[in-house]
Amino acid sequence: MKKAQEHTAPKKYGMVIDLDKCTGCGACMVACMAENNIPFREDETDKNLSTTWLRVYKLTNGKKFPDADVCYLPRPCMHCEGHHGHSPCVSVCPATATDYSNETGIVSQIYTRCFGCRYCMAACPYHVRYFNWWDPVWPEGMEKMLNPNVSVRTRGVVEKCSFCFHRYQIAMEKAHYEGRKELAEDEYQTACTQACPANAIVFGDLNNPDHAVYRLKTHPDAFRLLERLGTNPKVYYITSREWVRRQGDNYLENEGKIAAKAH
Amino acid sequence: MDYALIPEGRKRCPLWQFVLFIAVAGVVLLWGVYAMFLCWIKGLNQTNMNNAYGFALWIWADLAVIALGGGAFFSGFLKYIVGKDELKNLINYAVIIGFICYSSALLILAIDIGQPLRGWFIFWHANVHSMLTEVAFCLSVYFAVLTIEFIPLILENRQLDKVPFFHNLSHNMHHIMAVFAATGAFLSFFHQGSLGGVAGVLFGRPFGFREGVLIWPWTFFLFTWSAAACGPCFTILVTKITEAVTRKKLVKDNVIELLAKISGWMLLTYIIAKIIDTWYWAVVTAPEAGFTMMDFYTNNPLYGLWILFLEIVLGGVIPALILITPAGRKNKALLLTAAVLAVIGVCVNRWVMVLQVLAVPVMPFESWFMYSPSWQEVATTILPIAYGAILIAIAHRYLPIFPQEPELNPVEQQAG
Repeated sequence: MKKAQEHTAPKKYGMVIDLDKCTGCGACMVACMAENNIPFREDETDKNLSTTWLRVYKLTNGKKFPDADVCYLPRPCMHCEGHHGHSPCVSVCPATATDYSNETGIVSQIYTRCFGCRYCMAACPYHVRYFNWWDPVWPEGMEKMLNPNVSVRTRGVVEKCSFCFHRYQIAMEKAHYEGRKELAEDEYQTACTQACPANAIVFGDLNNPDHAVYRLKTHPDAFRLLERLGTNPKVYYITSREWVRRQGDNYLENEGKIAAKAH
Repeated sequence: MDYALIPEGRKRCPLWQFVLFIAVAGVVLLWGVYAMFLCWIKGLNQTNMNNAYGFALWIWADLAVIALGGGAFFSGFLKYIVGKDELKNLINYAVIIGFICYSSALLILAIDIGQPLRGWFIFWHANVHSMLTEVAFCLSVYFAVLTIEFIPLILENRQLDKVPFFHNLSHNMHHIMAVFAATGAFLSFFHQGSLGGVAGVLFGRPFGFREGVLIWPWTFFLFTWSAAACGPCFTILVTKITEAVTRKKLVKDNVIELLAKISGWMLLTYIIAKIIDTWYWAVVTAPEAGFTMMDFYTNNPLYGLWILFLEIVLGGVIPALILITPAGRKNKALLLTAAVLAVIGVCVNRWVMVLQVLAVPVMPFESWFMYSPSWQEVATTILPIAYGAILIAIAHRYLPIFPQEPELNPVEQQAG
């Protein structure tokens, strides 16, 4: 019993997304919607009202043919660590409805505790948080296809990407039954990672040298979105294109080329 | 018909005029109530808020009415703690205005949250790191303090005062009012500040984020300061409007001028601090995040430098200079202009610290987010104004709010 209660080394789950591999196909978005029972409406024209835990942005270099270039940037929740777990959204939630786990590094959202003040949405510079403006309604019959491992959310609460945390729980449960405390890399993978046909998304424990993300995050072309703000995100991007790296953060005109950083 | 309820020695308009006023304001109120129930029953999809604008018109209205209601705590502080006894002639009205502002703020919050029935979670599952938690606690407690301050005034109604228990209760409550005034000032300092902290702590939002001291960003102090400066201006403004509507002088000029003078000096010192804050933010804080000041004021259809000019110069420097000058305070038109400008200034400040914070694109590949409220949002924001007008009308008619009124408006023979 005592052995079972011993803590394992803290994990820091994160992602490395290779933007040079991403084709913008949107399979990650679809997989995310299906996996996490994300509601949708008949008319999704206004993207500011859509719920997309994972959203693929289209970036352009603003140049004309033949120099025009496009980059697709998948944006899940960054699961910011901030300073000592004080991520932008976690520290502002008045009802402790969102939490930073020091065990996994995942920022959770407790739907049943959220009362819908939306302060976390104002705090998040990545727009990863979505408010349920409507009650979720699925086309007839589709409710039978919902993922039983993920609770559906009611109108009036905020939701966001959880790094498919239910998959972590299931994997850990299985590991416990088998007397293990650690997960192998492939035992816990997010839906978007598995759906990506180009293998652009790599997911794992950023603290674990056996996981691919541990090495990839130190790639010379790796960067994170809005690093200067001090959000300390756990999603890394890789691209060989300097103009894309430059769009990953805000720079003053007199600031030179964006050197790739090692972490 | 309602003569028995009207305070002795005071003249009031005919009942039909009063009822007509209440009816007109009541229609507006009902319009707001209808919109409020639409939001509660159908949800916040009735608004034009979206995932980019989690905070919008309501949160602005909330911050604005709380700032304007600051006249209550600051007048109480000046009268009971500093000892400016002349303000006893205005303190009742300041309390009523504060009560209206704070009750409105609570009502707006109740409409604004997505799950109103879970509103109590903010107390039960309180996160001590959140500025909003502090706001909720202090705002609720201060509203209770304002209610306690309002009760003895209600008990001074001619008929209620005849009941010995109410008479004695009112008398005793007046005696201990200094304690509540001090409590109110203490609570207000914190919740006004925390409302400033709401935007100031957002380190992911470079337009709102400010550095500060310990856990408090500079906006914490600036919000308290501006509420103490502009709240009394709103009290003066509403008093002047009431005098115009009732066609009576209700408060002597020396009382108004004293409050205007203090408000003017508060406003001047505030606006100097605000200018320093803006300058430091523009040259240090924002560039550290990769932004120039002009990034926040260009490439969008609404927010230009004009809004900064409106807030700081027109709504800050000019009214402050008018109010600190004896000639400015004594000139009725200038005094009124200064009060209006100060109210506009603080409202614009609250607007930019809520709406512009969210309008600015933070990720370089995004564009500005613009927003216009739905009619349901507008109606529910106008609702408190109608409610305030009705409460003021009833309070003025049946309660002796202004102690100087009989002296300024002697009644020869009370009509029966």
